[in-house]
Amino acid sequence: MRDVSLTVNGVRHELELEPRELLVYVLRERLGLTGTVVGCDTSSCGACTVLLDGESVKSCTVLGVQADGHEITTVEGLARDGELHPLQQSFHEHHALQCGYCTSGMLLAAASLLAENPSPSEAEIRQALEGNLCRCTGYQNIVDAIQAVAS
Amino acid sequence: MSAQTEVALGRIIGAPVQRKEDGKLLQGQALWVDDMHVPGTVYLGVVRSPYAHARIVEVDVAPALAHAGVVAAWSGADLAEEWAGSLPCAWLPTEDTRAPEHKPLAVDKARYAGDAVAVVAATSRAAAEDAAELVEVEYEPLPAVVDPEAALADGAPLVHDELGTNRCYTWSLEAGEVDRLFAEAAVTVSQRYRQNRLVPNAMEPRAVFVQTVPATGEYTIWSTTQVPHILRLTLSGVLGIPEAKLRVVAPDVGGGFGSKLDVYAEEALALAVARRLGRPVRWTETRSEGYLSTIHGRDQIQEIELAATAEGRITAVRVRLLASMGAYLQLVTPGIPLLGARLYAGAYDVQGYSFRCDGVFTNTVPTDAYRGAGRPEATYAIERAVDALARAVGKDPVEIRRLNFIREFPATIASGLTIDSGDYEALLDRLLEHVDLPAFRGRQEARREAGDPKRLGIGFSTYVEMCGLAPSRILGASRYGAGGWDTATIRCLPTGTVQVVTGTSPHGQGHETAWAQIVADRLGYELDEIEVLHGDTAVAPLGMDTYGSRSLAVGGVALYYAAERIVEKARTLAAYRLGVDESEIEYVRGRFAGPDGSLTLKELALSAWTAHDLPEGMEPGLEASYVYDPPNFSWPAGAHAAIVEVDTETGAVELERYVAVDDVGVVVNPTIVDGQVHGGLAQGVAQALYEEAVYDDAGNLLTANMATYLVPSAAELPRFELDRLETPSPTNPLGVKGVGETGAIAAPAAVMNAIADALAADGVTDLDMPATPERVWRALREARR
Ligand code: FES
Ligand code: FES
Repeated sequence: MRDVSLTVNGVRHELELEPRELLVYVLRERLGLTGTVVGCDTSSCGACTVLLDGESVKSCTVLGVQADGHEITTVEGLARDGELHPLQQSFHEHHALQCGYCTSGMLLAAASLLAENPSPSEAEIRQALEGNLCRCTGYQNIVDAIQAVAS
Repeated sequence: MSAQTEVALGRIIGAPVQRKEDGKLLQGQALWVDDMHVPGTVYLGVVRSPYAHARIVEVDVAPALAHAGVVAAWSGADLAEEWAGSLPCAWLPTEDTRAPEHKPLAVDKARYAGDAVAVVAATSRAAAEDAAELVEVEYEPLPAVVDPEAALADGAPLVHDELGTNRCYTWSLEAGEVDRLFAEAAVTVSQRYRQNRLVPNAMEPRAVFVQTVPATGEYTIWSTTQVPHILRLTLSGVLGIPEAKLRVVAPDVGGGFGSKLDVYAEEALALAVARRLGRPVRWTETRSEGYLSTIHGRDQIQEIELAATAEGRITAVRVRLLASMGAYLQLVTPGIPLLGARLYAGAYDVQGYSFRCDGVFTNTVPTDAYRGAGRPEATYAIERAVDALARAVGKDPVEIRRLNFIREFPATIASGLTIDSGDYEALLDRLLEHVDLPAFRGRQEARREAGDPKRLGIGFSTYVEMCGLAPSRILGASRYGAGGWDTATIRCLPTGTVQVVTGTSPHGQGHETAWAQIVADRLGYELDEIEVLHGDTAVAPLGMDTYGSRSLAVGGVALYYAAERIVEKARTLAAYRLGVDESEIEYVRGRFAGPDGSLTLKELALSAWTAHDLPEGMEPGLEASYVYDPPNFSWPAGAHAAIVEVDTETGAVELERYVAVDDVGVVVNPTIVDGQVHGGLAQGVAQALYEEAVYDDAGNLLTANMATYLVPSAAELPRFELDRLETPSPTNPLGVKGVGETGAIAAPAAVMNAIADALAADGVTDLDMPATPERVWRALREARR
């Protein structure tokens, strides 16, 4: 067991973690943040994507102990003061989700992309989402939703 | 109630309303099965056979029991007495279909790599996984059979020894003078195609969570299922627990595409363990485990022959199908290829029709419904064969299609069904407004002449499909084990809102929104005054669930009729309250107007609830239900075109454009419909270009995880161009048809026809899916020899 301090969506948590616990399970099962989900065991799908110090990471490939001292943003931390994040609003308006299982990962991957590149082309968006799979939408509306938010 | 189509229902039906479902999904507030945490839960770890075929000599669970956190561990023999019956197959297409025993844990033999042989229950997920690896199973490996043709050969290893054969069934259909038509044909073409085996890969892995009240013997089963109602009644049979003691809940479910239309070993196991231990039980598959335990799709060998006149008018179609069942029959395994059995003449008018399908057991994961189920296969075969015929008679693919289209509707087709409505030529015309064919041919020719190694090709797919499963009478005649009706209840609450209960079970399709649109349109409620309840057998006790593009065409129509009943009762009450004759009442969306006064539906709902002053004999409350059994399937159709660029040096295929013009009847929500088409196209394109579950000869699945099986990302897929025509279905009052599967049905043929068109001049027209660079490159090299 190791003492770990994580700041998740602006809230600080002091935890005792087993070295093998993956960040995604720390979020889901220790902190009850079930918006981050698991879609695979080969770091292929991106369903578990969160922001670690502002950059997107697959939380199934990060150990909880590795996140010690870092800031994490999950889907639960995107909306502010009852207002949806612009990406959330745009996903809604563009019908960029069907079952919604990939959605939290997509939103955070998109947030990370736009932070790096505020006006990506369609091709750049598609490339940036390569690690995030969606089986429902065929991606088109996701791409459109992100492009609509890009400046 | 008239069965007349009312196309002009108003502005709410047909409006691009934004979804009611989105808020929680966008903010991480959905409830997935794997989110459920209850103190005292035990987690299951399933021990699976690494061999495709092996005798189970001995199972020793003692090492697992010694592991920290392990509560119990059982072999198949240990749990044998838990099962009152086999895992069900509800569709045995012939009287002599062989349905082998299928218990949740194998006892004597493992029959595919992934077959469950033992189970461990532990206090944490990690302990369950670790302990499952400690169970010692002694196997005696046996020769395996993977290929369906090899499975029928003399001396092939038997998947089920007791059956004495690997043949599951033979189903055939013969209509018209097929032999004569072939004998007299000026031209015949004969083609053989392979339907690649696919892994559905819904993004949410399967999971089940069971809670029990031991004192009453009641169980609540939370499952990632498309079919809570079917799951409830079938688990009752597998476990011998009265149906009334079981409640099944499908909370938020992350996609299914047919793979969650099933009753799985792990669901039965979780229930059995809950019964044994009297504790909550949970199991969640890992994705890699899912590749070995969740059903696969397709895996068929198709032979199709066309007889035609010299100018290419098709007179007869003959089809021979070999369909791999996998190792066991899941819920509807044998019926899947037969969902396409009557569609191999496609959108074309033929006189003779001959179809035979042999279902075959192999040592592979069972196959079952995957988006389209039977219809992508049929569409692929006929659409590719029509192109082969076009080449044989020297016609353009567009010309040959026009020459052969069915033109009169309703159309009774050679295979015996009746297509409700359509206009296939109009779809093709509209498609050609988007695709300038002469200009494309010019571009294509110019490249060829310039010796450009990157060839261009265009492929068409003018499909028709039958969906909206289904008229119960026809299902019965097809030996399907259940009906095809669905249910709706509308409950007008005294406070001005309305509760809608549906028997369908959405898992991404947006029923809450579309159903609210139907109710808003008929009854005048605002969309946010309408609550749509589903997916819980305690709330919606009766339903047939969601698959086969049936939800709107059956469940949505049930809702329409339930709303009619609400209006009928409210009209009687309004006339009574206004002191006029019912015939004097005019009803317009939520308001009943008499000659000198009117009442709203909401006011009437309140008076029906207080019941202080009702007409003699009227029941209190304003509530109505309807169970709708459709008189026919629904028959969407469309014309699709794919344009590809094929690099003859590397074999790489690039999809330049994909244009889809569909006719799915009246559209309730165009945004949702577009989304369904996008998703279906993505899966269809993926079948053509990327996805294939590959087994080696020993029965090892070589593409057994998401890293080796290529589910396409945004980077691999193009932008889809969509357009629509609307031919209302005359069989239901909404005029709606199904839409969920059209893209997956149409796209493989369009893409593969485009590749064949690009490479025909290089001598390559026979190419199997997926058209990977390696496969294309090899075919070109072969052709150059
Ligand atoms: S769950 Fe993390 S990449 Fe799939
Ligand atoms: S919306 Fe279902 S996986 Fe993306």
